[in-house]
Amino acid sequence: MSKNVDIKQIVEDSGDKYKYGFVTDIDSDTAPKGLNADIIRFISQKKGEPEWLLESRLKAFEFWQSMKEPEWAKLSYDKIDYQDLYYYSAPKQKVAPKSLDEVNPELLKTYDKLGIPLKEQEVLAGVVAVDAVFDSVSVATTYRAKLAEKGVIFCSISEAIKEHPDLVRKYLGSVVPYTDNFFACLNSAVFTDGSFVYIPKGVRCPMELSTYFRINAKNTGQFERTLIVADEGSYVSYLEGCTAPQRDENQLHAAIVEIVVLDDAEVKYSTVQNWYPGDKEGKGGVYNFVTKRAACRGRNSKVSWTQVETGSAVTWKYPSCVLQGDNSVGEFYSVALTNNYQQADTGTKMIHIGKNTSSRIISKGISAGKSDQTYRGLVKIAPSADNARNYSQCDSLLIGSDCGSHTIPYIENRNKTAQLEHEATTSKISDEQLFYCRSRGISEEDAVSLIVSGFCKEVMQHLPMEFAIEAAKLINISLEGSVG
Amino acid sequence: MSTPLLEIEDLCARVGNKEIIKNFNLTINEGEVHAIMGPNGAGKSTLSYVLSGKPGYEITSGSIKFKGKDLISMSVEERAREGMFLIMQYPVEIPGVPVNSFLKHAVNALHQHNNESELDTMEFLKMLREEAKKLGIDNEMLKRAVNVGFSGGEKKRLEALQMSVLKPCFAILDEADSGLDIDAIKVVSNCVNNMLDGKRSLLIITHYQKLLNYIEPDFVHVFADGHIVKSGNKSLSEEIEANGYASYVKEK
Repeated sequence: MSKNVDIKQIVEDSGDKYKYGFVTDIDSDTAPKGLNADIIRFISQKKGEPEWLLESRLKAFEFWQSMKEPEWAKLSYDKIDYQDLYYYSAPKQKVAPKSLDEVNPELLKTYDKLGIPLKEQEVLAGVVAVDAVFDSVSVATTYRAKLAEKGVIFCSISEAIKEHPDLVRKYLGSVVPYTDNFFACLNSAVFTDGSFVYIPKGVRCPMELSTYFRINAKNTGQFERTLIVADEGSYVSYLEGCTAPQRDENQLHAAIVEIVVLDDAEVKYSTVQNWYPGDKEGKGGVYNFVTKRAACRGRNSKVSWTQVETGSAVTWKYPSCVLQGDNSVGEFYSVALTNNYQQADTGTKMIHIGKNTSSRIISKGISAGKSDQTYRGLVKIAPSADNARNYSQCDSLLIGSDCGSHTIPYIENRNKTAQLEHEATTSKISDEQLFYCRSRGISEEDAVSLIVSGFCKEVMQHLPMEFAIEAAKLINISLEGSVG
Repeated sequence: MSTPLLEIEDLCARVGNKEIIKNFNLTINEGEVHAIMGPNGAGKSTLSYVLSGKPGYEITSGSIKFKGKDLISMSVEERAREGMFLIMQYPVEIPGVPVNSFLKHAVNALHQHNNESELDTMEFLKMLREEAKKLGIDNEMLKRAVNVGFSGGEKKRLEALQMSVLKPCFAILDEADSGLDIDAIKVVSNCVNNMLDGKRSLLIITHYQKLLNYIEPDFVHVFADGHIVKSGNKSLSEEIEANGYASYVKEK
């Protein structure tokens, strides 16, 4: 008989192929396990924070204790014991590094394995500036001098709190208040680091800004906080990449990203998320509960979220746009790939408040193995949003017959002048397509990745070039089998 | 002395529980053009799928040798890399995958198989554009997604382009029951005729004699009840054109 490789097998075999599953051996400065007001004081004190921030953390913590973990998502996972986690883990280093030469070489090696050689980047001069977040504390920020010339602030949020307290105080929590949801509230209480970006009036950021997140320490929750403020007439493209080492136990990641966009400004936010997805049997993996929201406060402001999500055991994430300013534009381009026992409940919210606001949603979901995926999207048109427009397209691709895909679009329209369009498709990689490719000499694995890349194309073309290549590779790794 | 390229012996094959190929025998030597003709529904297309290894077509007995090697144990892609090419009747759409990147994958898979170095993108595009030009395919079409929104003629052109880029030693032209778009047929037959160099071989599968006006076969076989019931030269196809298949089907 001809030896046809079983496509399902290919996909299932990929479970043990997590390329980034190495652990970096560095002493960490860790807070005791568990969560209480003292731990929060410990974090705040470690970071030398001002009083107002400690107070806001404690307020969030108090509120969080009255909240319940949301259960509406189509996700099932073991209850998280929030008292069994470490909330602070910083690599031990006496003085904050001033340049890359002072950074622990072990850390740099880790970044090398991740494919972001910081050293090399500094030499290569000026393509991407990276603020690398390693277990909660930002350890290296490059290109600051060049950015400073333009007045661009790009630093860790801890530094920003010290050096630009007015800006941080003005905008932090203004897009995602601590009362917003359970995970955002937890983050507001315990966030340890993250990135801060401020682009001054009329400045086009001269390079793409990039942050690499990585969870290293065992049982550590990672709670980063990112705040991006684009002042009038400015532009920035921001890249975020995430990986985590392979561990049997689950790790928690509850981040907040807030973006404020003023008049005529534009922010492009791209994510490649590759947290450890768990093994073939569904053991381990990152719980990814993230609140990302952009407020288009100014007239003619624009924000676009582009995400490629291949990792995490459980994903709960809805990057949203609040379109307050007249003529503001929100976009959401997403590829989510789940394999083995991964679960993802993801989508977006487009809240139209200003006049002539428009939004566009292109979501591509790929489910393989025994994974389950839900697109959940909300398009809300407020009574004030005259002539609002939305176009939504949600396509799902199924590989094999044991996976699931669901599309749940919510539309709330309170203005008669709104124009809303929604399209959705669900398809499978057909045997005919595979046979066609193979009869041209293309292996089954290559055929699957070719067909998948074709399916994702509309989204991938919104990613910056280098990122698109990395994302395409990631998708292939996530699909690849042991053959070849 | 002619060298056999494809040797099929006592082949039986089925789809599901239905036996469609029964004790089929055929040898095609290097440089020969064979045509298999038969009534609709006789299973002519099954033969092309069995030869190219399509999943779901089960060989129950018999043997097939291709270039002296056991074909049955080869996967679909191995057969293609060994030089077998199926010109499909109904090529499928592959949304989002541009023709040029699809063909680059195919060509590089072939190069790898032959232990040749992979073509870099520039070399490949140069070669592809030259071949495309010969077939009247413009650069825009090379950027479109494979077969998506292609007319019947464009689809056949793309099949022809793939053949001229992959340069197979054996092609199967499956036109078993397609509605014979004359323009499309001309494109394919021109390309096929250019390919035929006295060493490469071709198997044509068709219902109509018309196709054979464009590609001259050396041998014509009538296929009925799962095997060849009569063989002859081109004049056999003209006989069929005049009298139909009824007399051969009754012969079983």
